[in-house]
Amino acid sequence: MANNTLLDTHIDIQRRRLLQAAACASTLLSANVGMAKASKPPIGRVVIIGGGYAGTTAAKYIRMWSLGNIETIVIEQSSQFVSCPLSNLVLGGSKTIHDLTFGYDLVSKHHGIQWVKDHVIGVDTKAKRIRMSRGELSYDRLIVAPGIDVNYEKTPNLASAEAQAIIPHAWKAGWQTVNLRKQLEAMPDGGVFVMTVPRAPYRCPPGPYERACQVASYFKVHKPRSKVIVLDANPEITSKKGLFNQSFTHTYAGIVDYRPNNEIVSVDISSKTVTTEFEQVKADVLNVIPAQSAGKIAQMMALNNIDQRWCEVDFLTYTSVLDSHVHVIGDSVSAGLPKSAHMATSHARVCAAAIVALMSGDQPDPLPVFANTCYSFVDDKQAIHVANVYRYDPSKKIMVSAEGGGVSIAASAQEGQYAFAWANNIWSDVLT
Amino acid sequence: MIKAFFLLASLLASVQAVADEVKPNPISHTHIKVLAASCAACHGTNGNSVGITPTLAGLDQGYFLSQMLAFKQGERKPTVMHHHAKGLSLEEIHLLAAYFASQPRVTQTVPKSERLKDNHGQ
Repeated sequence: MANNTLLDTHIDIQRRRLLQAAACASTLLSANVGMAKASKPPIGRVVIIGGGYAGTTAAKYIRMWSLGNIETIVIEQSSQFVSCPLSNLVLGGSKTIHDLTFGYDLVSKHHGIQWVKDHVIGVDTKAKRIRMSRGELSYDRLIVAPGIDVNYEKTPNLASAEAQAIIPHAWKAGWQTVNLRKQLEAMPDGGVFVMTVPRAPYRCPPGPYERACQVASYFKVHKPRSKVIVLDANPEITSKKGLFNQSFTHTYAGIVDYRPNNEIVSVDISSKTVTTEFEQVKADVLNVIPAQSAGKIAQMMALNNIDQRWCEVDFLTYTSVLDSHVHVIGDSVSAGLPKSAHMATSHARVCAAAIVALMSGDQPDPLPVFANTCYSFVDDKQAIHVANVYRYDPSKKIMVSAEGGGVSIAASAQEGQYAFAWANNIWSDVLT
Repeated sequence: MIKAFFLLASLLASVQAVADEVKPNPISHTHIKVLAASCAACHGTNGNSVGITPTLAGLDQGYFLSQMLAFKQGERKPTVMHHHAKGLSLEEIHLLAAYFASQPRVTQTVPKSERLKDNHGQ
């Protein structure tokens, strides 16, 4: 209880600072919206666990669309946001991880979102209380947005931080991405980079193939005798197949060696050797992208009812099928939709609108529609896209791809410009 | 060509009528608001782009409509937008035109990147 009081005090101080900041800065229009409504008691409290693309977007849009009438608290253990989109460019060498790292100050201040940097220990869904390492919080509605967790069941010797220092996954952007880049820089010309791709579904379907292109692009210029071997557990390239195939067989002919139906069985860490069902492959630099599942909090709350990996939700509200006051958004959701950042923000906005409706006594939109655009860079300048509209199908009760979606005709520098514009706009939308 | 012109003219004339329909129907408004918000990844919050992609906020309804129809009907050189325009209904395109036209133009902030801290968790 003492901790709880401390936390409430902490939030009160934060709220007072926000109000002062809003009063001083008349240009912060959205903060003033929150300010104008702050005198009225909120109609409820939403707590969001996870400050990635999904969680941060949900927080912002709940504040915007409720006109500041819903108290919104984000619990995030990291003090910085690191973008997974564009992080393969760190491996190619055209970006640094610091170019993709941001603070939460602007979005928190502009929209009156309370930010708690802490670690969730447990959630009592009956009492609607969250226990953290430094306090407790109650909620009216909870949004769980923990992204992915990596699953090393098949290669348990890679589960430790020590093992991942040698063979990183780099599938959550951060220091592992930097580590993998350093290994590529240190590798002599003529070396072999091996990467393994898990069976779908996993975060960012085109991501492994973009990664192969980025490393190949670096090798082509700086280490032309080096090779990229892609050991893919899937029967074929899972996204933008024709376009990546074009890059592998033309732009990076003689560098990229793509091997489908080649699932990792075990790995020897000291010799950096991967054993698959068919062969043994020795690497100079090895990147095992492990299987994935819903983030740890979703597992802890037993929301991962699909294959014990992903969370089943109602696509009108993103409420878990297991608890009508707990919503799940982002990569943790079980859906036949790509696990992309844009998709995560779309889940977040449908969820935000539904929560505002539910808390105001209205009905959520019965037929939500949203767009998804996903770019991949094939070198430091040229990109390709896949774009689709997704529409709720009331008979199937899922989001289905609308007609007319598709991919680029070919990689281009123009699409590279669009891809950077996508990044700047989504960062601006999510983080300010 | 003439047929296309008349089609466009009639569509333009119906924009206001459709826009008027938005207000009394809160479900429809939410539908369009959430759909419009999914454009933010490329076109910025409430259609205010930070650069390269066009700002949609405050855009003339007729221009928005003509461009989206050109993408939908394959008359404008394909980029990315034809994939989106073809997936939307005519009514949704009308309502999006009215929605974005009503959004105020504001300068959006691009967040400043910063150095990744050593203790950042994986």
